[in-house]
Amino acid sequence: MREAVIEIKELYKSFGDNHVLRGVDLELYKGENLVVLGKSGSGKSVLIKILVQLLKQDSGYIKILGQDISKLDLKSLNKLRLRIGFAFQASALYDSMTVKENMEFPLTRNIKNLSRKEIDYKIERLLDSVGLPKTINQMPSELSGGQKKRIGVARTLILNPEIMFYDEPTAGLDPITCIDINNLINQVREEYKTSSIVITHDLTCAKDTGDRMAVLVEGQFKAVGSFGEVFEEATDPNIKSFYDYNFMR
Amino acid sequence: MEDNRPIISNKTDDFFRGLADAFAFVKRFFQEVWFPPYEFKEILRQCYEIGYRSLPLISLTGFIIGIVFTNQSRPSLAEFGATSWLPALISIAIVRALGPLVTALIASGKVGSSIGAEIGSMKVTEQIDAMEVSAINPFKYLVVTRTLATTFMIPVLVMYTDFVALIGAFLNVNQNELVSLSTFFVQVFEAISFLDVFSSVIKSLVFGFTIGIVGCYKGYNSTKGTEGVGKAANSAVVMSMFLIFIEELLALQIVNAIRYS
Repeated sequence: MREAVIEIKELYKSFGDNHVLRGVDLELYKGENLVVLGKSGSGKSVLIKILVQLLKQDSGYIKILGQDISKLDLKSLNKLRLRIGFAFQASALYDSMTVKENMEFPLTRNIKNLSRKEIDYKIERLLDSVGLPKTINQMPSELSGGQKKRIGVARTLILNPEIMFYDEPTAGLDPITCIDINNLINQVREEYKTSSIVITHDLTCAKDTGDRMAVLVEGQFKAVGSFGEVFEEATDPNIKSFYDYNFMR
Repeated sequence: MEDNRPIISNKTDDFFRGLADAFAFVKRFFQEVWFPPYEFKEILRQCYEIGYRSLPLISLTGFIIGIVFTNQSRPSLAEFGATSWLPALISIAIVRALGPLVTALIASGKVGSSIGAEIGSMKVTEQIDAMEVSAINPFKYLVVTRTLATTFMIPVLVMYTDFVALIGAFLNVNQNELVSLSTFFVQVFEAISFLDVFSSVIKSLVFGFTIGIVGCYKGYNSTKGTEGVGKAANSAVVMSMFLIFIEELLALQIVNAIRYS
């Protein structure tokens, strides 16, 4: 039986009268890439923000790496957050810092007693692995969209997370760069042995990176399974139209 | 069924909710400021940004205030043949009121708006969220450091403004009344008391704190994308200027009560 690193049961979240998540159940298994698909505003990003407690759920049970997150105090939550990497949609690089400082910032604040040599080695190794060693002294404003995404991923990897969340990793990128980002997501899984949730509405990204797909429609997962199971045999009109829009335009 | 009806009216409810939020924000500052990590490097960087980078504007403004105030005061004193009192009058006006007030107003325009815009843009581009998910306390790193920096730097800037304004005033008095530098400054220091300087410093600390915390609060709570960033910067200036005038009025009452008790 596969080990679940994330278990979500009966998760509800509303913003006023807008009921975004209406009883979500989901599991992420160790070592898998799970792609969460859905239209804009369907609550995909809300879901992963709840998982790192940037947003609080209204109700529901969430267990991550064996810990019920609703029972954690801030200190324990922060310890858990260090085991989770979050790649933001707009990269969220600190724009007053260079690439090197961006990567150093979470590292030096969370791991004490690292020597200058160790810090530099970790940064250089990660920049090499995302293919951007020459950007080390550049400011985020000097980077392209794709480069920012890669640096954003590298920054989260510096703390060696066990779980990765990717929020719309290919949004706003050209098709070639999208392929690079998809390859990077797969490469991260191979090299760092992470389990990941990829939030996207890009079916090409989903197909290239996902082991399982979960389609969020009206606040619930309407279909969960492999790409073929979910889309090629789809009967639900919402899922069918989603597939048709992406591949038959 | 949830009852969404306002308690008084939507606007009044929003006002009191905003007030409660602001108090909670200030309370959080005082809870977090005492505990590590202290982020000394960031505080120093902010002191440099706030203090050193404001010097050209503060210098020019202070110098002009000294000259203009001296020029404007001269005719009234001349009517009574009391132009020899100019240094005393100017020093009291500058040290007690003009220096702190003008410096604080300029800093709220320059520093308050930049803090509001910087934190606001960090908020809308999810940089603050990125800190939080990396187990870094963004309140401590952004709000506490900037508020401490403004609280420490505004009194320094006020003293500098006082000095530059007095130099401006001296040049004017020297040209017109042929008063020497030493005579001018002897009269200046004779006119001001310890209470004047002390109250000016305390007042400046309060002004600095106000500029920092308001800028941070507005930035930290900005919403609605880039439009929200502009609004945060703008309302940081308006709100901190409004509060500075109220604080000036309160400080005047308190200092006068002490002075004449």
